[in-house]
Amino acid sequence: MREHRVLRFFQLWPQTGAESLGDIGFRWLSGCCALLVPLLILAIFMQLLYYSIPTIKTFGLGFLFSQTWNPVTQEFGAASSIFGTLISTLIAMLLAVPLSMVIALLLVELAPPRISRVIGTLIELLAAIPSIIYGMWGLFVFAPFMADYVQPALGNTLGFLPLFQGPPMGIGMLTAGIILAFMILPFITMITRDVFLLVPPVVKESAYGIGSTTWEVTYKVTIPYGLVGVLGAGFLGLGRALGETMAVTFVIGNTHRISASLFAPGNSIASCLANEFAEATEPLYVSSLIALGLVLFIVTYLVQVLSQMMLRRMYRAWSVGL
Amino acid sequence: MKKTLCLALTLAFIMGVVGLAQAQTMKINGAGASFPYPVYSQWAHKYKELKGVEVNYQSIGSGGGIAQIKAKTVNFGGSDEPMKIEAQQESDLLMFPMLIGGIVPVINVKGLKAGELQLSQELLANIFMGNIKSWDDPAIQKANPKLKLPKQAISIVHRADGSGSTWLFTHYLSQISPDWKAKVGYGKVVSWPTGIGAKGNEGVSANVKRMDGSIGYVEYAYAIKGNLTYAKLENKAGKFVAPSIETFQSAAAYADWKSAPGYYMVLTNQPGDNTWPIAGATFILIHKTQPDAQLAKAMLEYFDWCFNHGGDIAEQLHYVPMPAEVVKMVEASWTQEVKADGQSVWQ
Repeated sequence: MREHRVLRFFQLWPQTGAESLGDIGFRWLSGCCALLVPLLILAIFMQLLYYSIPTIKTFGLGFLFSQTWNPVTQEFGAASSIFGTLISTLIAMLLAVPLSMVIALLLVELAPPRISRVIGTLIELLAAIPSIIYGMWGLFVFAPFMADYVQPALGNTLGFLPLFQGPPMGIGMLTAGIILAFMILPFITMITRDVFLLVPPVVKESAYGIGSTTWEVTYKVTIPYGLVGVLGAGFLGLGRALGETMAVTFVIGNTHRISASLFAPGNSIASCLANEFAEATEPLYVSSLIALGLVLFIVTYLVQVLSQMMLRRMYRAWSVGL
Repeated sequence: MKKTLCLALTLAFIMGVVGLAQAQTMKINGAGASFPYPVYSQWAHKYKELKGVEVNYQSIGSGGGIAQIKAKTVNFGGSDEPMKIEAQQESDLLMFPMLIGGIVPVINVKGLKAGELQLSQELLANIFMGNIKSWDDPAIQKANPKLKLPKQAISIVHRADGSGSTWLFTHYLSQISPDWKAKVGYGKVVSWPTGIGAKGNEGVSANVKRMDGSIGYVEYAYAIKGNLTYAKLENKAGKFVAPSIETFQSAAAYADWKSAPGYYMVLTNQPGDNTWPIAGATFILIHKTQPDAQLAKAMLEYFDWCFNHGGDIAEQLHYVPMPAEVVKMVEASWTQEVKADGQSVWQ
């Protein structure tokens, strides 16, 4: 039955008596346009794979686990970049998701419509700021603030953890994660707000009708109803955080090293590419950078697939949703 | 009436475009290193005003410059890293130096003013190696007996992006320290023993300005523009010198260009009492066999103008023009090597 439908879609002749030439033309035009996307993705993947071959041949799987990145001796390993990408994204998600949810709840449940609109517009404005501005702001304004106040405070209170040790330099993994959180916050907030807005008023009104308080409605109706959407928004933010380049490059410290401390400088795949691609001349060096790109491509793809699967499962499990 | 006017305007426009195309004179295209870009673009602007010849230069990085001149998509390429003579011959290229720049160590230590701190070769290498960790280290204090140095950790800031500056700086460290040569080596990107990486000269100067106790290295122009505190360095003659246009030119003048085949010359650690130890030239690459004699001549005329009349513009931007003796040598090699239809282009 399913194949039948696919086949029918690409039929050149009319499917029913009523279908005109215009219908067929439109079907084909839209089909071809939509086909561009998978083709492009496939082409990018093949290209990345092709140019990574020298690296794969030289280093094999060790490329993923080696921490060495030395263009002088032509030894390359992606471990520190992969680590940095994942950790900075994790910090960003840990901060941004709960914060966005709270902001979205305020916009939907608590704030008067006018204030909600103003704050909503401001958050949308935040999303429109180019990432280089976040980077510059991060380096010149936020990093000194981190170095003077946040990092010493964390070091004094939680300094017994290896996470918060080392000199407070202001830039490093923690700062990069926080800047990333600022950057994905507006996306997650806006989608979460829209999701919460879609909760049927009838359900909420019924809850109020049987005597629930605002908190109870929020906690027992709005959040469960919108949870799947919230997770979807989170994964969208995650995809963006994984590939964010300029802002991270400014504040992450750009060092090919894995450290336990979040104060220490590190690097991410995207920042490494932004830094080193322009002046790389040796073939193996260029190939290793492209292989890094391939790793990022695969990581992002896996995250998307996983998120889709998780969403579907949760959707079924709760059988609520939109 | 309206229609006629429209038609007339369109015709005028078309004729204008055609006229422009005919009147269009020589167009010379170049691409490469970003370090000399401010000077190259000023030169091109001025030269167009004077001679009407248009020179385009895209700052895409040395790697891109070399690739594009090899692929013949541009008329000249720019590179910060010199190309070995064998590689030049292989691609039928002629390389010559165009401008000099210097790399300057910049510091941010409370109480120290520009030029007060003196760093010997050993100190510089040991600091960047991570062997000396604090500003009040006895070794630094001994070399600077008059200074009051704070008890503060040294934070190193280096370039994160591939750059000619890193190439020159690490090339110098490799010359003065066997330890550095063995453990780190030199290149546009190296595996730094310690410190944080920043993008671009701007990034390094911003981080140095911001962090107490930091030391980094930037192009001279950025040290001046950013009003950063530089340190004096010990040169090959054992003298401590400050970075300046004179000390960079001294490096180029003392350099033995005659015995440098293909102008493969790195101006680090050159002799001379008044020589800045970390200088370097940025280079132009052109094809020896030129397809178009007229264009080739126009291009060399432009370079000649840059050498002889572009010095002021370069110095205003804190770049250093080539000394006259070197220019003479370069122009002599044009006569010898650059040919179109078997004839010398430059006579």
